[in-house]
Amino acid sequence: MSPNEPLRVIEPDGGVNGYDSRLTEDQLIHCYRTMVSVRVFDEICLKLQRSGRIAFSIPNKGVEATQIGAASVMKTSDWLFPSYRDFGMALYHGVTPLRMMQNMFGNAEDQAKGRQMPVHFSFEEPIRFYSISSPIGTHIPQSVGAAYAAKLRGEDTVCLTSFGDGGTSSMGFHSGLNFAGVWKAPVVFLCQNNGWAISCPVEEQTASEGFAIKARGYGMPGVLIDGNDLLAVRKATEEAVERARAGEGPTLIEALTFRMGGHSTSDDPTRYVPKDMVDYWAKRDPIERFEKYLEGVGLWSPEMGKALYDEVTEEIKEAARQAEKISSPALDTIFSDVYAEMPPHIRSQGQAAFDLARTRGDAEAGDGDFPL
Amino acid sequence: MTTRTLLQAINDGLHTVMKEDPSVLVFGEDVGVKGGVFLVTEGLQKEFGKERCFDTPLSEDGIVGAAIGMAMNGLKPVAEIQFQDFIFPAFDQIVSEAAKLRYRSGGQYTAPMVIRTPYGGGIQGGLYHSQSGEAYFCHTPGLKVVIPSTPHDAKGLLIASIEDPDPVLFLEPKALYRAVKGEVPEGHYTVDLTTLREARPGKDVVIFCYGAMVPVAMKAAELASENGIDCRVVDLRTLLPLDEEGVLEHAKAVGRVVVLHEAPRFCGYGGEISALIAENCIEYMEAPITRVAGFDTPFPNTLEHHYLPDHRRVLDAVERTYHF
Ligand SMILES: Cc1ncc(C[n+]2csc(CCOP(=O)(O)OP(=O)(O)O)c2C)c(N)n1
Ligand SMILES: [Mg+2]
Repeated sequence: MSPNEPLRVIEPDGGVNGYDSRLTEDQLIHCYRTMVSVRVFDEICLKLQRSGRIAFSIPNKGVEATQIGAASVMKTSDWLFPSYRDFGMALYHGVTPLRMMQNMFGNAEDQAKGRQMPVHFSFEEPIRFYSISSPIGTHIPQSVGAAYAAKLRGEDTVCLTSFGDGGTSSMGFHSGLNFAGVWKAPVVFLCQNNGWAISCPVEEQTASEGFAIKARGYGMPGVLIDGNDLLAVRKATEEAVERARAGEGPTLIEALTFRMGGHSTSDDPTRYVPKDMVDYWAKRDPIERFEKYLEGVGLWSPEMGKALYDEVTEEIKEAARQAEKISSPALDTIFSDVYAEMPPHIRSQGQAAFDLARTRGDAEAGDGDFPL
Repeated sequence: MTTRTLLQAINDGLHTVMKEDPSVLVFGEDVGVKGGVFLVTEGLQKEFGKERCFDTPLSEDGIVGAAIGMAMNGLKPVAEIQFQDFIFPAFDQIVSEAAKLRYRSGGQYTAPMVIRTPYGGGIQGGLYHSQSGEAYFCHTPGLKVVIPSTPHDAKGLLIASIEDPDPVLFLEPKALYRAVKGEVPEGHYTVDLTTLREARPGKDVVIFCYGAMVPVAMKAAELASENGIDCRVVDLRTLLPLDEEGVLEHAKAVGRVVVLHEAPRFCGYGGEISALIAENCIEYMEAPITRVAGFDTPFPNTLEHHYLPDHRRVLDAVERTYHF
């Protein structure tokens, strides 16, 4: 295999050339179910956004295998440092669609208390899915710090840090990989090269022949993989995690994939993505690819696929129905959590805001006396 | 004259200077084919080609650093930062480099350039697509900071900024991009970078404000007039350097002052206006100077309508000041 040939496991006919994923049948189905859930969650969010019920969402159609394949290797004692296009990692580890929908609606049950835009999730159980920040690349050195801390504290913890092709141009990418290399930190960098950073094609993002080879400059191995092949993602991540756990340091994985939708619900990709590129990737759908494999091992049939799709759709629709019913966060959520202890100037601003809202009659449901 | 939105006026301004001056370049993330995420640079690449209007890699540090180099070597860069919230990787380049280059080289090197960036709330953008960071930059000697609030000023101030010999941070109130319309002269004209604008005459209370808060102040002033309070509204528009004389004249003439901005209050720009007046003409004041500002918290998402100062909060301050 030439260094520019991405690692592939699932052949067009569904065969895997003897690769053993070490996933049980239940786990394989769980991977499949999670990919379908991501796609359905997306479809429903798109509809919610178009009908004005949520403000924003970020499509994942086409990139599901990368997130799920990588997440499937991680243990719940590990840390995920995701980008905004990775929520499948949370779903895989048992964050329910309802918890995610609370964030999409920014309601009183949202774990980020309605402070962040939709899709900017934050969870700490069942796995640490680190709070997503909009500024690109900032989480990369942070993940290295967390991984190095684990090493210093003698914990068996690996950090999986995900970012896009655009993210590789950030300062965080450079400092993060540099530190990780020097410290031999137990971290796996997952660069999801989906060809575009909003409207900027990858050729204008870098003059390098790819991202995997950048690893060399930071003193770590780099691996190029087919990101639409769940088992290839799993295989590469597994090897990287093993290295990390063995104290051999970080790895950079470049997963080639493609987002079939816009960058976000605010974006119209037809303005810049050539149609033949969309057609090319449409034939390489990661879910269909995995179905082929599952079919070959007797775990999938069109009927099973349809039944699972319907079941997942009902579950996520129900989550949306429930989340929509929940009121907005209470007014005091503007003022709490700025510091561990609320300083007097913030307290008095909160009190004034609350008094004004009360006299106008537009305090949020759930607002009692200003409670803080 | 043509009626344009604020966004169209900025596009028109860029178009006008690019046509006149081949050394003007427009670049940043997604400004080319896409025309920017708000479509401010729409059509520029098509008209002027990829050499004059182009996308850059995703690095604000790179964008501003490269702009400085271009500026010192004879080009006139107009760099876009996609959201003001994402300017911080370039903070070093702006604060340590662009703003200090003339001074540290004894005038041998300069960085005449413009950084355009949308700022402020009102689009349900949460913590990182809503901030008003003007105060960080107004604390930086060597930099100019400009915020338009009308289409006419947007175009004229932008052209003046591009022609200015010093680096200018041009903050665009994104909430007003499509919300305000006005008459915009055709072709080249400038609005000079040293004078404020009286947006509404009045004699009882003066509201100092800028950017997206100007329409909020205007609405509050209208409501106040129904209660018999005659508000003057002053649009500061060039925050650094500030038209200090103009501020003092208006403050003295009216004697009751409200200062309004959407950025957090603590160490916000309003503190500077307030101190300027207190130091120079406190004896004219008939009531305490009152600030209306964003809260000293990060910018929330669902409850942004509570966070952002609205006409009712301004009216409340106007009434308190008037009845003091
Ligand atoms: C520092 C910073 N600059 C700009 C942006 C605006 N922005 C959001 S996503 C994005 C493109 C990211 O592309 P990539 O890293 O390839 O991830 P993808 O969206 O393709 O998954 C840009 C420019 C940002 N969020 N942060
Ligand atoms: Mg990308």
